[in-house]
Amino acid sequence: MAGEIQNPIISVRDITVQFGATRVLDGLNLDVKRGEILGFVGPSGAGKSVLTRTIIGLVPKLAGSIEVFGVDLDSSNTSQRRNVERRWGVLFQQGALFSSLTVRQNIQFPMREYLRVSQRLMDEITIAKLTMVGLKPEVADRFPSELSGGMIKRVALARALSLDPDLVFLDEPTSGLDPIGAGDFDELVRTLQRTLGLTVFMVTHDLDSLYTACDRIAVLGNGKIIAAGSIADMQASQHPWLRQYFHGKRARAVMG
Amino acid sequence: MSGDPKLERIAKGNALALCATGAWTASFAPVLERMVADAEKLAGGSQSIFIDVSEVAKLDTFGAWLIERLRRSLTQGAVEAQIAGLSANYSSLVDEVRRVRATPVIDTSTITITGMLDQIGRAVAGVGGTVAGLIDMLGAVLAAGARTLVHPRSFRLTSTVHHLEQVCWRAVPIVVLITFLIGCIIAQQGIFHFRRFGADIFVVDMLGVLVLREIGVLLVAIMVAGRSGSAYTAELGSMKMREEIDALRTMGFDPIEVLVLPRMLALVMALPILAFLGAMAALYGGGLVAWLYGGVDPEAFLLRLRDAISIDHFIVGIVKAPVMAAVIGIVACVEGLAVQGSAESLGQHTTASVVKGIFFVIVMDGVFAIFFASIGM
Repeated sequence: MAGEIQNPIISVRDITVQFGATRVLDGLNLDVKRGEILGFVGPSGAGKSVLTRTIIGLVPKLAGSIEVFGVDLDSSNTSQRRNVERRWGVLFQQGALFSSLTVRQNIQFPMREYLRVSQRLMDEITIAKLTMVGLKPEVADRFPSELSGGMIKRVALARALSLDPDLVFLDEPTSGLDPIGAGDFDELVRTLQRTLGLTVFMVTHDLDSLYTACDRIAVLGNGKIIAAGSIADMQASQHPWLRQYFHGKRARAVMG
Repeated sequence: MSGDPKLERIAKGNALALCATGAWTASFAPVLERMVADAEKLAGGSQSIFIDVSEVAKLDTFGAWLIERLRRSLTQGAVEAQIAGLSANYSSLVDEVRRVRATPVIDTSTITITGMLDQIGRAVAGVGGTVAGLIDMLGAVLAAGARTLVHPRSFRLTSTVHHLEQVCWRAVPIVVLITFLIGCIIAQQGIFHFRRFGADIFVVDMLGVLVLREIGVLLVAIMVAGRSGSAYTAELGSMKMREEIDALRTMGFDPIEVLVLPRMLALVMALPILAFLGAMAALYGGGLVAWLYGGVDPEAFLLRLRDAISIDHFIVGIVKAPVMAAVIGIVACVEGLAVQGSAESLGQHTTASVVKGIFFVIVMDGVFAIFFASIGM
């Protein structure tokens, strides 16, 4: 375990992903360090979600290797892979809550599958997780269709956190939230990262999130990482897209 | 690296210390829960208790909550309980868990006799609602049809033709195949049993009357309810789930006019065509079996058929088709628009659409039978 502290928690090497004739990711390299919040930005359609989905194994890749927690996901056997999957949580863009289960059942679903825990403890932990993501316990017995957009995101985060993962993937967590809600969510991610010692991989479009929540930023363009570093590095970069992104009208507004 | 969790009792003068060690994580949850429950009992007698967590190697939300649960139950037992030796890493997690207010879970899923009676009562009362819903939809469709007649330009021809292709043209192979096979089976059974009385040739009468009056249209209607009624419900239901129908409404379109009317028209046109094709396929299949199995050659079959049936039989059959199509379409659209937000609800309503569709088709068939009998057709 000592080695893992130095080693990156996710290490992506020379990943190539192709859909038909279009090459979405082209020899991409990326490291995510333990305990950091990595913000992942790039133009629409650049393949941010594709990279996330490739790392978690939903999109097949043409070439390259992916290591998560030091386990190569291609050469790992089922139990190793199961072990890795237990240690990460994923928040999908639309929440992807199971619509026929209540909030409580949604959060308890991974616990039921992976842990042998009494119903009482599961119920109590569910309430604890809901409190952590800033929801009232009364929400537990509602169905996803009875929740607002912001609440769906929070419940989805609670479900992603239900097994106390070491790593969470957030796909545009603040999209579709009002600025106050989005700010709260950033704050929440920060707090949870501190209390649970999470590593966060966050795909985002939200400049506020980048400024307030992220430790490090990686930028995707032309199928590669065109820049990675702190927010100051990004602002100093001469890359045309980065200049536009970080010095545009909206960026100036955020920086005040 | 981090061993099994333990909770040890150490007496320190007046006070009692419970010393937690090892990994307090989700994987050890069953052991931890038992230990915590035991400790709650053990604690009796002493006035103040320290829960010493300085030796805990690993802590997650489950472990933190169990420590908090222990503290709360001790406090409730009028014992002064404190958590001590918390490392900086874990203090925020324990603080976070402390904010949780434990609300007892109310289990609403108990089955009682009153509950069952209540459900039965609601289901019976719901029947009236179902019928009212169907009549409501019928009225809405007719009103939309009338509006379209007044403003023919608002009629959605492309959509109607598209649905006609889906429910009619694409259904032809399966409808023809199944009715052909049913025709074969009826003829075979007829010959098999009639032969004992030397009345082989009457199988033609039976086949002709049965296929043209009843089986042809009823069978096709049931198949259409299963094939197209379910598709309509699923389409409209998923549109409802994703707020597409609300979007239409806000743009000033009437969902009945845009979505339901073309589907209904397509179905009303499709079912007579399919019923006709089905009847022909069944007669052909029956004739083939009568020839190959019963030795009734095609010429004799046709002659007998001409004597046995009149145009009335055909009319009685085909007149029912558009009415049954309308019933199937209305049931399917009502169910589709009643879908709520969940995938389960979509499944329930699709099932209901097919079951109710087939039920109403058979009821309608009975009503028609009484009607035709009383007018002597």
